[in-house]
Amino acid sequence: MNDMDIANSAPADRPPGPASPDLTAAQPAPAQGIRTRKSKTTVRPGDRIFLGLSRGSGILLLVIMAAIAVFLTVRATHALSQDEGNFLTTFEWSANTDPPVFGIAVLAFGTVVSSLIAMLLAVPVAVGIALFISHYAPRRLAAPLSYVIDLLAAVPSIVYGLWGALFLVPHLGGLYGWFDTYFGWTGVLAYHDGAARSLFTIGILLAIMILPIVTSVSREVFRQAPKMHEEAALALGATRWEVIRMAVLPFGRSGVISASMLGLGRALGETMAVATVLSPSFLISTSLLDPGGGTFAQNIASSFKESGETGKDALIASGLVLFVLTLLVNGAARMIIARRKEFS
Amino acid sequence: MSDVTTTRPTAADAAPLPAAALHQPRLPRWTPAALAALALAAGCGIGLGAGMDSTVQWGLIAAVLYVGLTYGLTARVEGRRQAKDRLATSLVWMCFLIAVVPLVSLIWETVARGSKVLDGGFLSHSMAGVLTIQPGGGVYHAIIGTLEQVGIATAIAAPVGLLTAIYLVEYGRGRLARAVTFFVDVMTGVPSIVAGLFILSFWIIMLDNGYSGFAGSMALAILMMPVVVRSTEEMLKLVPNELREASLALGVPKWRTILKVVLPTAIGGIATGVMLAVARVAGESAPIVLLVFGSQAINNNPFEGAQSSLPYYIYEQWAAGNDASYDRAWAAALVLIAFVMILNLVARGIARWKAPKAGR
Repeated sequence: MNDMDIANSAPADRPPGPASPDLTAAQPAPAQGIRTRKSKTTVRPGDRIFLGLSRGSGILLLVIMAAIAVFLTVRATHALSQDEGNFLTTFEWSANTDPPVFGIAVLAFGTVVSSLIAMLLAVPVAVGIALFISHYAPRRLAAPLSYVIDLLAAVPSIVYGLWGALFLVPHLGGLYGWFDTYFGWTGVLAYHDGAARSLFTIGILLAIMILPIVTSVSREVFRQAPKMHEEAALALGATRWEVIRMAVLPFGRSGVISASMLGLGRALGETMAVATVLSPSFLISTSLLDPGGGTFAQNIASSFKESGETGKDALIASGLVLFVLTLLVNGAARMIIARRKEFS
Repeated sequence: MSDVTTTRPTAADAAPLPAAALHQPRLPRWTPAALAALALAAGCGIGLGAGMDSTVQWGLIAAVLYVGLTYGLTARVEGRRQAKDRLATSLVWMCFLIAVVPLVSLIWETVARGSKVLDGGFLSHSMAGVLTIQPGGGVYHAIIGTLEQVGIATAIAAPVGLLTAIYLVEYGRGRLARAVTFFVDVMTGVPSIVAGLFILSFWIIMLDNGYSGFAGSMALAILMMPVVVRSTEEMLKLVPNELREASLALGVPKWRTILKVVLPTAIGGIATGVMLAVARVAGESAPIVLLVFGSQAINNNPFEGAQSSLPYYIYEQWAAGNDASYDRAWAAALVLIAFVMILNLVARGIARWKAPKAGR
């Protein structure tokens, strides 16, 4: 019998638990003391084929990730070699003219600003919902209610776009007018009449779209807050809010940070909802409420069909920037989660 | 913390105290409900009186009134700490309501506006020969496209994802497994448009293939794989180790143990995971815009020529920008949402029905 090492394999080391997929992100448990008897065994052909297949598909995933980076880089360098403008600072996207002139300044600004607005709006609400589900809702309602929030994630992004463009935009005009009346002097919140197809609207829409992921990750973290601390605080006479502030929130802080970064990663790459709602222009407007601006993903989807060969390469170059950006944000979020796991 | 403990009587002098001394004055249990009703009525009254036409404003007024009233009343009767507690409670409840509002609005709008043109003819006709400003036409070609593209994507992604998860749980150790785990996580965050650009530069620009449903399927498969791996991994970890040990002790080879013992035990959860991944991918439109290119007519062959798909159809009809096309866009959105929600519900149903009985 040469397969006894199964007893030491990963599942045995970890207690089975209903953790969310996003949280169990760390490495598989390290194996101890099983490398000793590899030499004398005769491995059955079936086993060898099966191991080869499953290891092969693992490697395939790595190859795909590497290929994404390589192919995008190849096309992007091709585009950059033809760019007559400065790729980082040019306020223009004329990739199909001869000579091509394009730069990502406006796109980077729009992407970062709309995603930050989305995070500012979504994270407090998501933390509230997570607390609601983990600590406030009646216990029997908690599961159905969290399912309702998950339904928000199931709605396709294009439907959000349609709803945003045909329902949300007409309804936001009033609110923006109010902003303009009272905060218009700041310049940032000035609003001149017109459809509210602006970066701020995108921010609101993205906030709704990233709410479920931020909620579900924070919820899992709050659930894991040590029960003993909570009970100790209750025994000292603390109210429920004091328990949360003293025992739950400090414990969950890093989890909430990584949850919001995962949400940020989603918001950065969102395409179709932005492409339907935003009315793009290659200007950086000081007002967030006025139409204009653009994001990486939106620009790729909107200008793809009119693009020639160089135009497509230019879009791929901007896609590479987006890829690196999301990679950094997501990688950082995963690092925080993994570090947290080691300590708790 | 000091204010929490100082008022507490010690064990020694607790006995002779009358019961009243240990009790703070408390509001009756029905207070929040009564205050909520009061605030709601006042909000509606003020809204009507001031002639505001937006019900959202009424709701906001009512919410502010409720929070203020609760805080004030509790602070007077029960003290500052209790008031803060109630404030937090009402804010947390409000967060939840805020999240439900867009969901309800979105589903309501889609059903109300989508059911206008949704009928048998809409589901069984394509857009061939229909001008965008004309009423009529349908989504048949888009449904065909979605089913084929998502089907092929699942056929690629499900086996790869499943095998990767088996590798990670049953064999995985060492540096390779750690790298795979990390990159599966990173891959979950790859924006769909980037997956589309990758297939574009690889399959269409470098290998010089035309736009086709298959190109779209490959991008969708890239988006599906990490989701399948993650959920399958979770499920395989729930399979009790005793089952594996029992099978191995009988002399069954490891690969047969996995196929005949581990997988059947977890099959419900795995099916759920795959279906949730399908539901997620069925709504993707960004790669379709880049790779499938869209078409007005029925194209049954996913390997040759442009196709359409439901999300793309919605985008196209929205972009046409007239009343007839908006109607079609909403109807297609209703079809898509119904498809995705049914997949979700069935998947969760399977999960409950076939949940592995972990040894607890």
